[in-house]
Amino acid sequence: MAKIIVDGIEYEVNPANNLLQECLSQGLDLPYFCWHPCMGSVGACRQCAVKQYRNADDKVGMVVMSCMTPATDGSIISIKDQQAVKMRSNVIESLMISHPHDCPVCEEGGECHLQDMTQMSGHNYRRYDFKKVTHRNQNLGPFINHEMNRCIACYRCVRYYDDYAGGKDLAALGSHHHVYFGRHEEGTLQNEFSGNLVEVCPTGVFTDKTFSEHYTRKWDLQTAPSVCTGCGAGCNTTPGERYGTLRRIVNRYHHDLNGYFLCDRGRFGHGYNSSDRRVKEASLVSAHVDEKGVRKVLTTNEALRQFAALTTGDVVGIGSPRASLESNVALRERVGVENFYAGFSAEQQRCMQAVIAINREQGLHCPDIRTLEQADCVLVVNEDITNTAPRFALALRQAVRNRATQLASEARIPLWQDAAVRELAQHELSPLFILSPQGTRLDDVATNTLLGSTAEQLALLSAIADCIDSSAGTASPDERSEELARRIAAALITAKNPCIVSGISAGSEALIHAAANVARALRKYSQPGESIDLCFAMPEANTMGLALLMEEGGGTLQEALQRLAAGKADAAIVLENDLSLRTNPESIDAAFAGTPTLIVMDQVHNHFNERAQLLLPCTSFAEQNGTLVNYEGRAQSSHQVFQADSALRPGYEWLTRADPLSNLVKTSEMILYHCAQTLDNFAAASELLPARTGMQTLMKSPRQSHRYSGRTAMNANSNVHESKQPTDRESSMSFSMEGLPLQKDASLLSAAWAPAWNSNQAISKFQNEINGELKQGCKGVQLLQRSLPQQAYTAIQPDGDTGVYFIDHIFGSDELSAMSPAISARSVGAYLCVGTATARKFGLQQHGLALIKSGTCSAQLPVLIRQRIAADAVGIYCGNEINRHAFVKGLSITPLAEDGNLLARSRQMFEDLVIHDSLPGRG
Amino acid sequence: MTDRPLTKNIDMSRAPFNFAQTRDAGGYASVEKMLKSMAPGDVLDIVKNSGLKGRGGAGFPTGLKWSFVPMGYTAPTTKYLVVNADEMEPGTFKDRLLMEGDPHLLLEGMMIAAFTIQATTAYIFLRGEYLRAEKLLHQAISECKAAGLLGKNILGSGFDLDIILHTSAGRYICGEETALLNALEGKRANPRAKPPFPQVSGLWGKPTIVNNVETICNLPGILNYGIDWYKGLGLGADAGTKMCGVSGRVKNPGCWELPLGTPIRELLEVKAGGMCDGYQLRAFLPGGGSTDFLLPEHLDLILDYDVIGKAGSRLATGTMIVLDDRTCPVGMVGNLMKFFSHESCGWCTPCRDGLPWIDEIFQRFENGGGLESDMQVLTDHLEYLGPGRTFCALAPGAMAPLGSALRHFRDDFHAHINGGGCPWPR
Repeated sequence: MAKIIVDGIEYEVNPANNLLQECLSQGLDLPYFCWHPCMGSVGACRQCAVKQYRNADDKVGMVVMSCMTPATDGSIISIKDQQAVKMRSNVIESLMISHPHDCPVCEEGGECHLQDMTQMSGHNYRRYDFKKVTHRNQNLGPFINHEMNRCIACYRCVRYYDDYAGGKDLAALGSHHHVYFGRHEEGTLQNEFSGNLVEVCPTGVFTDKTFSEHYTRKWDLQTAPSVCTGCGAGCNTTPGERYGTLRRIVNRYHHDLNGYFLCDRGRFGHGYNSSDRRVKEASLVSAHVDEKGVRKVLTTNEALRQFAALTTGDVVGIGSPRASLESNVALRERVGVENFYAGFSAEQQRCMQAVIAINREQGLHCPDIRTLEQADCVLVVNEDITNTAPRFALALRQAVRNRATQLASEARIPLWQDAAVRELAQHELSPLFILSPQGTRLDDVATNTLLGSTAEQLALLSAIADCIDSSAGTASPDERSEELARRIAAALITAKNPCIVSGISAGSEALIHAAANVARALRKYSQPGESIDLCFAMPEANTMGLALLMEEGGGTLQEALQRLAAGKADAAIVLENDLSLRTNPESIDAAFAGTPTLIVMDQVHNHFNERAQLLLPCTSFAEQNGTLVNYEGRAQSSHQVFQADSALRPGYEWLTRADPLSNLVKTSEMILYHCAQTLDNFAAASELLPARTGMQTLMKSPRQSHRYSGRTAMNANSNVHESKQPTDRESSMSFSMEGLPLQKDASLLSAAWAPAWNSNQAISKFQNEINGELKQGCKGVQLLQRSLPQQAYTAIQPDGDTGVYFIDHIFGSDELSAMSPAISARSVGAYLCVGTATARKFGLQQHGLALIKSGTCSAQLPVLIRQRIAADAVGIYCGNEINRHAFVKGLSITPLAEDGNLLARSRQMFEDLVIHDSLPGRG
Repeated sequence: MTDRPLTKNIDMSRAPFNFAQTRDAGGYASVEKMLKSMAPGDVLDIVKNSGLKGRGGAGFPTGLKWSFVPMGYTAPTTKYLVVNADEMEPGTFKDRLLMEGDPHLLLEGMMIAAFTIQATTAYIFLRGEYLRAEKLLHQAISECKAAGLLGKNILGSGFDLDIILHTSAGRYICGEETALLNALEGKRANPRAKPPFPQVSGLWGKPTIVNNVETICNLPGILNYGIDWYKGLGLGADAGTKMCGVSGRVKNPGCWELPLGTPIRELLEVKAGGMCDGYQLRAFLPGGGSTDFLLPEHLDLILDYDVIGKAGSRLATGTMIVLDDRTCPVGMVGNLMKFFSHESCGWCTPCRDGLPWIDEIFQRFENGGGLESDMQVLTDHLEYLGPGRTFCALAPGAMAPLGSALRHFRDDFHAHINGGGCPWPR
């Protein structure tokens, strides 16, 4: 700790940081642009000028940039000094020279860092009376608007997009006051994390295009703290609503997980909420002879009555990894544990059992995303994390820079000197090894990407484990001698924080065990008390929650379908789950072809729902409270943002409200409480309740900002009567502006705001220190304990490698987000992916058509021939067109005659696909 | 012994010496002597004690700069020497004369500098428009390679050196040593933050020395003839000779090697032949476009870094631009402002957005429409674009002629504002 004096007041600060960061950590207001808490200092904007004095006798001092000056012990500075104040106001005056002052029509207005800093710096009157510099804007694709005329050239966009996120297609172009930030030519920004530009840009150059379509000022959005449902990472988000529709999602700071950044699926994948794919009313397929098969709309009470009537006999309940814990528990309660079945595919359920056991094993540790960023050697096993758990990929891009951090420390360059650290380290990166059937988007920073089939990956992993610990005995002597295995083993052993990342997307239990074996071998080199980082990505928001629930009893999806096929149940309730994504079509047909009544509750229409006799509309994540358990076993509360149309009910409400006439509804909090009381796996979840029920604050917190406008008039076009604000009987938040506003307590923080800080940068006022924990922030609770002793090496049973692997895409693979218009604009249709040799073998042409057949199922797919793909491997991307479970085994491939139209269409489709086969790995 | 160590072989009426002629004239003797009998530390001591100061403009002691390079077993094995031959300072053409007149002298000096810091790769970052220098240097490098003075194990000493000639795509900012390094790496030519200095983390993150052409050309003489001889060359406190140039309305504009400490009057009136007939000296920029104006009363000052500094300007590149009494001083400064504004790299706010505003104001002065309030804007910018406020020295350099012009030529500015444009005949 060091002491510095700012305007005569002494502060205790961290001397490893710069003065700007430390001043902000102390809660002082000091304007800045180019500095970013995650990206350090470069000294470009000159906005954060302060006066520094040599010693107590120095009365003259010198103006310095606080972001470029270390917070050395004994520093004496002044923010209020007149010369420093003048400097800061001069900088704003400069930045305003060509700024269009279009705040009233600018989407950044009201949450604009430039507005805030201009106010703070006190520049009021315009002196510049010449022509402004103007620019042409570019169409950057479906996610991001580009308005270069507002640019103040802080260079944050390129520093984020290129340096931080590894993007290649955004650059600073031109020179002097004509400097331009854009693409070399118009076109979609390719990086999977482009959406963060919206928040990184201090003004309105990059704004959210999906938000533009139904724009609302930040202060008019009703918000609540929420959790992303795009994958199992558990990133924290702030969705915003106005006039009953979800308008946008922005990042919500979580110290351990997403920090300041989201992926584009998480940010832009909410469009399905307002799309015509939503199930908006309850409906029943009439059984009456005259109108058999006609779907009739029901009122809520009718629906509840029908629901009760249809579920009097033997009822099977099938849960869902994308539904909240509460809804799954409510279903389990409703049908009884002996009739409750998992909504996983068979292989994913097996994988999850293995993963949970590994996550309970001592000596291993499941890293949060911040810990992933600190790894100095990473081994990625088979999981294409950029497409299945994208935020991990962004974290690994930071992890490979730990070599730079190390070099800078040795050269005594402060780590916040961002440009200096990069200039020193150049292309030196920490080791990152990837095992994958095809080239991945992280290959450009990987030491080596082994393109191999599951069997080849298993052999290599066994060899690595054996090279690390020769007593592992997992590999044959042949395998052990493999050069790559030895290299990877050596890198993992020498690393201080080695980390192994895999996932369940491929559904290979053997790979999970093999990855765990490598981690177990590494324990040999860890200090007592230390553990080895090993984590598994999960494709859905509550995969872990459902898996933990299934541990408390219940059967598999296969068992449920067999029971239904055998006629051993009268009805089935399927909760928020498109079962056609979980198993092959034959099993589904067999299960539901017979007599059982199918009741489906879901948010969206999909292939499976069409079969439902009774279809009940469910609220989405933004319209209900719920608990989601992420890949680590961290249970987090996702709060209701707004009240949906009254026809839509949360899954748990449909399931618990037995009497249609009763208003007695079990709240999500009651279900969670019950769950924590009765199920061992969820005992810790009770810690989520104080914030959920308001026990913590004893007063409701407002979901609306204190500047929320038009509350009494916003519906006046349809009804002049001023309606009562909806009441929230469930949670500690209110649907109004009244209540205890969150000033410094972040326990229920959604959109950050602090006096004079209207932009998202207000978050620093809620952190203990910059980049630190949120004050009283709710980080969720860990449900998994390391309760199992260290395990011996698992003998690997290869799980029948068929040579077929399934491709995931960040835009398209997740069922719900894929229905969002912006995401679907970036997605491609199903396709077949092969290497050149395989293509020759089957006579396939690039972008031509192939017929694939397996059993009775067949599909016509356009062909993508890739350079970077394992020998003999065949990849299938299913999109929402084909069922992957239909093509696992006995695949036959035949070329089809090319139809000119189809060929042109598929060529166009592949043009939109971001694949960098020509990009060599750095190894 | 010579009293013109930089230009002794230069005669612009003939082609420069080739390798054989250079050898006959005693060229590369210093390198032979160094490789046979000296350790890097010995050379460093000599250069330190010689009092050689950087000739690129800042006048930083060369030996001291070199001494910051980490040496010994713990130091990085890869180091670089970079010669800054991106001569783009307005009014400056001294390095051009050295490279076009005696390219082998530069290479000889580079070998000394590279050996001292034990760099095995050296770059010449050459201004792209210097086509003749490019051709001559290419030729000289090939000759040295053929003669075994470049490459592996030079003269059996075990010392390796490659010299790579890189021609710039052409921006003034590339002359800033850290922006030059970025440009050499193929990146945007934005300056880098200091610290860390290039001596610690320079080209491709390795310890790097960046020296000006003229600085390097001083080294062979120092090694050949010793410290005492070198110090004796200077007439004042500064050691050695300096390439000095004069441009403007003088009878004999050009560039000469003069002992440091020579009176400015001698440079202007003897070497440059005095003002053209009918023209009077009004003021002069002593060291290129980014120095403060000095007045006729300063003519008896000597060419010395400290003396010129005390008079309120800088010796800098030592190439004087003369302002006569029949040229508009506002137009002259406006021309410089246009140049500096255009050459800003666009990295930091005051320079990127401040200089174009100044440029606009000067255009308005020229064409009529200048306002009294413009003078206040200009005055504000002097501090706002001053040293320490901007990321590098470009904008503070631009403020030097502006600030001194506002002091010395205030009436001329007012004549523009009140007279509806430039009152000077065109």
